[in-house]
Amino acid sequence: MDSVAKRRKRTMAVFATLFVILFIFMVLDLAQAFIPLTFEEAFWALLGRGTETHQIIIWKMNFPRVIMAILVGAGLGIAGAVMQALFRNPMASPYILGLSSGASLGAAIGLTFTVTWMPQMLLVPLLAFVSCMATLFLVYYISNVGGRVPTETLLLAGIAVGSLLSALVSLLTYLAGEQMQGIVYWTMGNLTNSNWENIMVVAPLIFAGSLIMVSSSRDLNAMMLGDAHALDLGVEVKKVRLQLLIASALVTAAAVAFVGVIGFVGLVVPHILRILIGPDNRALLPASIVGGAAFLMMCDYISRVIAPNIGILPIGIITALIGAPYFIYLLRRRRSEVGWD
Amino acid sequence: MLTVEGISFSYREKPVLQDVDLEVRKGEIIGILGPNGCGKTTLLKLLNRNLRPQKGRVLMEGVDLEEMSKRKIARQIAVVPQSNEIRFAFTVRDIVTMGRMPFLSQFQGESHDDMRIVEEAMEKTSIKEFADRLISNMSGGERQRVIIARALAQRPEIILLDEPTLHLDINHQFEVLDLVKRLSQEEGLTVVIVSHDLPMVVKYCDRMVLIHDHRIHALGTPQEVLTPDNMRAVFNIDAVLEHDTVLNAPAVKIIGSCNRR
Repeated sequence: MDSVAKRRKRTMAVFATLFVILFIFMVLDLAQAFIPLTFEEAFWALLGRGTETHQIIIWKMNFPRVIMAILVGAGLGIAGAVMQALFRNPMASPYILGLSSGASLGAAIGLTFTVTWMPQMLLVPLLAFVSCMATLFLVYYISNVGGRVPTETLLLAGIAVGSLLSALVSLLTYLAGEQMQGIVYWTMGNLTNSNWENIMVVAPLIFAGSLIMVSSSRDLNAMMLGDAHALDLGVEVKKVRLQLLIASALVTAAAVAFVGVIGFVGLVVPHILRILIGPDNRALLPASIVGGAAFLMMCDYISRVIAPNIGILPIGIITALIGAPYFIYLLRRRRSEVGWD
Repeated sequence: MLTVEGISFSYREKPVLQDVDLEVRKGEIIGILGPNGCGKTTLLKLLNRNLRPQKGRVLMEGVDLEEMSKRKIARQIAVVPQSNEIRFAFTVRDIVTMGRMPFLSQFQGESHDDMRIVEEAMEKTSIKEFADRLISNMSGGERQRVIIARALAQRPEIILLDEPTLHLDINHQFEVLDLVKRLSQEEGLTVVIVSHDLPMVVKYCDRMVLIHDHRIHALGTPQEVLTPDNMRAVFNIDAVLEHDTVLNAPAVKIIGSCNRR
């Protein structure tokens, strides 16, 4: 029983650390403005004290961005963890498999063409979801070799389909007259324009999707051993898998719909956490929520420190600068050394 | 206990089993034997509804499996599958604890009772000493025992074993089957073993089924089933059934292939 208690302790420590990181970078990020606040000033303004200017900077200007960062990071983190377990593949993530690009195509269409029968605020995430789902099935179909989904074909299919779709997004934004600004916005992500209306749409979708995922985490554990094992243990494998795929697409679509494609969060975060707390999805999925939020918060802060007072350095540049080397490292290392095999 | 009624199953157009009837009796060890590819693993998968027959039905204590959820079936039927390669860093205890899944709702954690059952299952299979080791670092024989422990943690009435001796060294083959026999005697478990390893399995079975050409070729005690004629027809070997006086069990003496001359 010793090591069960030890593991539980370790998991608690990881959660505590993640929350501390999240909080620190949240305050640091809130402090970023034309005239940056100090950490203390931001902290007190957050608690409702300090000058009126500080209050406005924190609550009116910066808070929506911070909330959006938390939601998007949490969503991409848990979606990555679920997809890695579902595909039994450590390289799976919404970005690598092209789902983020798929969702961004739908969203870009929704932003370019308006319809009268539906407000744009709902049309955008709806189209993002539909095209994300379609991308998921397309990539899965291409990479499925006789019932198995080998890493190589999955990665290649994801990257190929993703590149195609993001080229389409770029083309669309260019034709729509938004020129380079819009293209960069969509392909590298940007949290700057977050507002409460967007958050009201994104938040429920990410909550709902995450709830479905967390509630299936025990079934997902069994499915990691193989479909036959899961069936033998009484899991309705087909039903659970479909639920989880839909939930992944839903969360990815919501994360991408208003802020564009932010890569590597869903790859890096679950991976590091799996090494720290083990493969049990009942701990891993919640940890990926907090970890994803903390990671994206940190990246947003870094992007603002690098480009102060401009605030248009896309956050996706930072996540890629951190995530892509990690991805290469994973490809090089034997899987056993990163908590698989 | 388990009744198979007129089952037919085919993969796409290719028939695998045709009009199979079988009654698995409570507390017995029954072996399903036949050459590779004869459909015996398919039959096993039909027994806990991992596959659904195109014709016929399977009843557990009179209830059609089609009327039960997979969860409910898993509360009574446990499986030790053929391939048990597990690539994830789960500990042995994690894997055995999964045996409690059919009894827990989505957000319900394992109770002390559940964990007691898990510890008991690990004791019975003598794997408690490496409960905290990673499953991915274990040998095939050890993994087999872990999966048997997981099956026991389901507290099943029936346990289905698919080729339990495959990939195992000969000493581990005996170890695993001895364990199964002991559990069947001590716990009154009903055991169904699928195997192509005739000489090995015959020592442990109360009854056996020979499958040949998609059908049940013979059914009964080893003495009734393993006649020279049947072994020639099904396995294409010349063999006789003898009595092993040391083990006090039947033993197959294989003379050679029918085409050896």
